Amino acid sequence: MTNRVQYLPRVLCTLLLLLLGVVWADVRAEEPTGGSVAVVESADSEASEVAEAEEKLDVVGLIFDHINDSYSWHIATVNGHHIEIPLLCIVRSAEGKWHAFSSAHLAHGHTYEGFSIAPEGAKWEGKIVGSAADGTTYRPIDLSITKNAAGLLINSLLLVTIILGVAGWYRRRNYSIHAIPRGFVGAVEMLVMSLEDDIIRPSVGKDYKRYSPYLLTAFFFIFTNNLMGLVPIFPGGANTTGNIAVTLVMALATMFAVNVFGNKEYWKEILWPDVPVWMKFPIPLMPVIELFGVISKPFALTVRLFANILAGHTVILALTCLVFISVSMGTTMNIVMTIFSVLLSVFMLVLEILVAYIQAYVFTMLSSVFIGLSRKEHHAAHKKH
Amino acid sequence: MSLLTPDLGLLFWMLLSFLLVFGALAKFGFPIITGMVDKRREHISSALAEADKARERIENVEQEARKMMDEATRRSSEILSAAVAESQQIVDSARERADADAAARIEAAKSRIAIEKEKALGEMRATVATLSVDVAEKILRSKLSTEEGDKALIDRLVEEAEKRAER
Repeated sequence: MTNRVQYLPRVLCTLLLLLLGVVWADVRAEEPTGGSVAVVESADSEASEVAEAEEKLDVVGLIFDHINDSYSWHIATVNGHHIEIPLLCIVRSAEGKWHAFSSAHLAHGHTYEGFSIAPEGAKWEGKIVGSAADGTTYRPIDLSITKNAAGLLINSLLLVTIILGVAGWYRRRNYSIHAIPRGFVGAVEMLVMSLEDDIIRPSVGKDYKRYSPYLLTAFFFIFTNNLMGLVPIFPGGANTTGNIAVTLVMALATMFAVNVFGNKEYWKEILWPDVPVWMKFPIPLMPVIELFGVISKPFALTVRLFANILAGHTVILALTCLVFISVSMGTTMNIVMTIFSVLLSVFMLVLEILVAYIQAYVFTMLSSVFIGLSRKEHHAAHKKH
Repeated sequence: MSLLTPDLGLLFWMLLSFLLVFGALAKFGFPIITGMVDKRREHISSALAEADKARERIENVEQEARKMMDEATRRSSEILSAAVAESQQIVDSARERADADAAARIEAAKSRIAIEKEKALGEMRATVATLSVDVAEKILRSKLSTEEGDKALIDRLVEEAEKRAER
């Protein structure tokens, strides 16, 4: 019977985790509750079909509200009242003047200093537009700290704090070799070393030390943003890595590292590869294909990360919305669907934690491989057959 | 469509935050962590190598000690056998010397005996001679009648005396 006693704490822990997961999923569910209640309230006076139609529309709108960027950080809507954190809008007007103001001034379609958020259906929908003197609208240069930008800044700060904290742990021990980290510092160290030993060193090759800080930064930046994107409440929840601008910058950074530090051999392989001359001389067939590869690599990196994270967020939100869609199907159906939705949401969240790691890993691995290919040594055996 | 069109503002903030994070972490973050682990690895491998070397050295010392022990036993047995041989030799030589001594003594005794005998013989001869002279004198004095007959007698007497002396 000792076995049962041994397993008891483990079973209890598992149950507790499951419970926490359910609570977490419920917290996520809180967010849309307000939204749909508001919709239902406003739709009360109208015909029920219209209400249903609106409700369905609202789900899509809610998902898009989340995965798209916005000028304020929406937390919840209670009884039709939005609880949101206003963010800083920074725009440059047509006259070349910079304006900085709180996004609260633009809420509910208000116009402030000649700027407003373009309404649904209009050109530049959901973005800040300025109205020129002649009454036409234009898109100003917009460097607003949007929800995603704020999320990026928060996550960056968190990441820098964590990694510099770990580095500081060694400094506080005067870089003594006898200081062996445990706990969190040990876990970070283990993660860093597993990346360096398993991906970076084998993929990049002999001068891996030079690229290791960039690749590690890329991994931890993506990983932190992915994980923070899964946290449903305020400091997290911004869909940063699910935004194409973010992944594009990451991919361009890798492209920069690959092409700027690529050696002679790499450029020779692109511009004058080892193929019969007719394939490259009058019509540069192979060079064109190779150059296309240079561009398609960062493109693939951009889209892979962006699409994976976006899809994850969408699926989790859709599953959570199942609860509110099924309201109209009767109480029994609603209860069944709620249980189903919570279980699936928990499953998806756990899966997304895995995906958060895998996508960061894949990005780092592919970047390492691309860098490794751009640094490869000339081998004589390959030259002439 | 807005999902697939990167926003300028976000691009700017992403670039800025990523560059800042990269700058901070690439300078003060990751190199310290990887450097520390590399340092630790180096330390461990050098400690292992040192331990190997120390073990080798101990083995060498042990071997040397064993060799020295062997050498010592060999030397001691050698010394022992040499001592035995020497003692044997000493005994042998002593015995030889004793033998030689004894032989020499015997020889000396023999020669002395021979000398004594010679002397005694000489003395006897002298005595015999004087005796014979005396006898001859007496005979001459008493019987100096026939030269021939007397001479024969004398010779016979001397011969007899000699024979007796020889015996």
